[in-house]
Amino acid sequence: MNFQTLSELAILCEERGLGIGALMLEEQSAESGRPSEQEFATMSQYYGVMKEAVHRGMTEDTTSRSGLTGMDAQRVGAYNTANEPCLGESAGQAMAYALAVSEVNASMGRIIATPTAGSCGIIPGVFLSCQERFGWSDDYMVSGLFAAGAIGYVIANNSFVSGAEGGCQAEVGSAIGMAAGALTELRGGTPAQAVHAVGLALKNSLGLICDPVGGLVEIPCIVRNGFGAVTALAAADMALAGVRSVIPSDEVIQVMLEVGSAMPEKHRETAGGGLAQTPTGRKIMKDLRSKK
Amino acid sequence: MRFKDVFSIIGPAMVGPSSSHTAGAARIGRAARQVLGELPSVAEVTFFGSFSATYQGHGTDRAIAGGLLDFTTDDPRLPDSLELAAEAGMEISFRQGTGLFPHPNTVRLHLTGRDTGSELTLTGISIGGGNIEIVDINGFGVKLTGMYPTVLIDHMDYLGVLASVTDVMRRGHFNIGHMSLDRKNRSGAALTVLELDESATPELIHDLEALPAVKSVKLVNLNEGTQEEKGKESTS
Repeated sequence: MNFQTLSELAILCEERGLGIGALMLEEQSAESGRPSEQEFATMSQYYGVMKEAVHRGMTEDTTSRSGLTGMDAQRVGAYNTANEPCLGESAGQAMAYALAVSEVNASMGRIIATPTAGSCGIIPGVFLSCQERFGWSDDYMVSGLFAAGAIGYVIANNSFVSGAEGGCQAEVGSAIGMAAGALTELRGGTPAQAVHAVGLALKNSLGLICDPVGGLVEIPCIVRNGFGAVTALAAADMALAGVRSVIPSDEVIQVMLEVGSAMPEKHRETAGGGLAQTPTGRKIMKDLRSKK
Repeated sequence: MRFKDVFSIIGPAMVGPSSSHTAGAARIGRAARQVLGELPSVAEVTFFGSFSATYQGHGTDRAIAGGLLDFTTDDPRLPDSLELAAEAGMEISFRQGTGLFPHPNTVRLHLTGRDTGSELTLTGISIGGGNIEIVDINGFGVKLTGMYPTVLIDHMDYLGVLASVTDVMRRGHFNIGHMSLDRKNRSGAALTVLELDESATPELIHDLEALPAVKSVKLVNLNEGTQEEKGKESTS
């Protein structure tokens, strides 16, 4: 890739007169040596898997193996239909879809890691709800996935994207940044605005620890995906309105690295602290072990 | 760069619940299976760090077993892999390791091949989003990501071995993206790992095996049978 930072990415887009998604497709094809049509086709298949996962999570039984989670997406979906959700209809839909995909993941269903499985609901939640709302084509959404990938590539190589390395901020935080930047571009924002959206979003999840109850990707991972989708919409709106990330987004990524590196091991996907070690969290873990 | 391309960020297509603890673990298991070159009859699996603390909840044990059965990350049989491994005659055990380990998500595998009885000790780390690195093979320090078709050359440490290997590569038009070489001792056993841009052909393997200092050549290709591979088929 010819960029290592978000500012280099924005400059490169300007020089080549391309959006982030179109630029990333070119860069990906150059990196893999495969034609861009082929790379686009792979990403289209991935988008198909995301759609399937949303559909499955909204219609099928998603009770997890542990029995702790499942069907919350359908609860939110039903509530959204029967009531006026506080979030409004479209953000409520994004939240429901994000929960749906995360619940499919927790029940060992098929998903796309974006960038990880623990954060796999956020991008599909934002993308599918916005596609329905704005009437965008599948190909347009796939170009958005390349934009999200470009942003994630920068975050991953300058910081981290696994909870064991950098806490939840690295997983859910990164996914929110990727979704926010991509959505900003899909809504007609410039690459510079998209980069601001990433910084705005990341700042809101700095410090978030990875503390899964029982070591399962269920509590609190699933609801954090629901919240994450809503936050991504908010960050895109701020950036499109002209709000800037005064601390440049690349510097925010460095803060994520600093905070994650300082995070105690018990807060990095070991179930040794946080929600996992609350009285209820410990009881759940004990019950799960005795069930085996 | 730890993460090389767009599909290391968006992807892989996988069975949940964790990209590092399930998909990454499956890829480490599959890499080990391919390095061994056959189904293991015995697999001793040692988990370290976060892997050790949470492997049951994340299905890391099932993922490793699935990988050893040569399953891809999105194989729907993954959740049942422990049962399938037993049916296939694989004796698999899991333990929690102590001592130093290179990464929060580390697993060490000790395998015995069913057909030849050959043994393999391999250490892998799962760095996030399903991406992995194999960092040790039979005591040789390596760096193998599984992102590319990879050739492992077991050879003796003689002057000029690497030159003859790269000459075979050049003649066959195989470009090397990354290489690592480690030896046990001077003039002793050595292992060279080459990540290529194109899949290795039988001719390439034959030519490498014909080199005087080379003992054996193994291939690892984790892209085989995956969505990306299928994408290629649908457009070609």
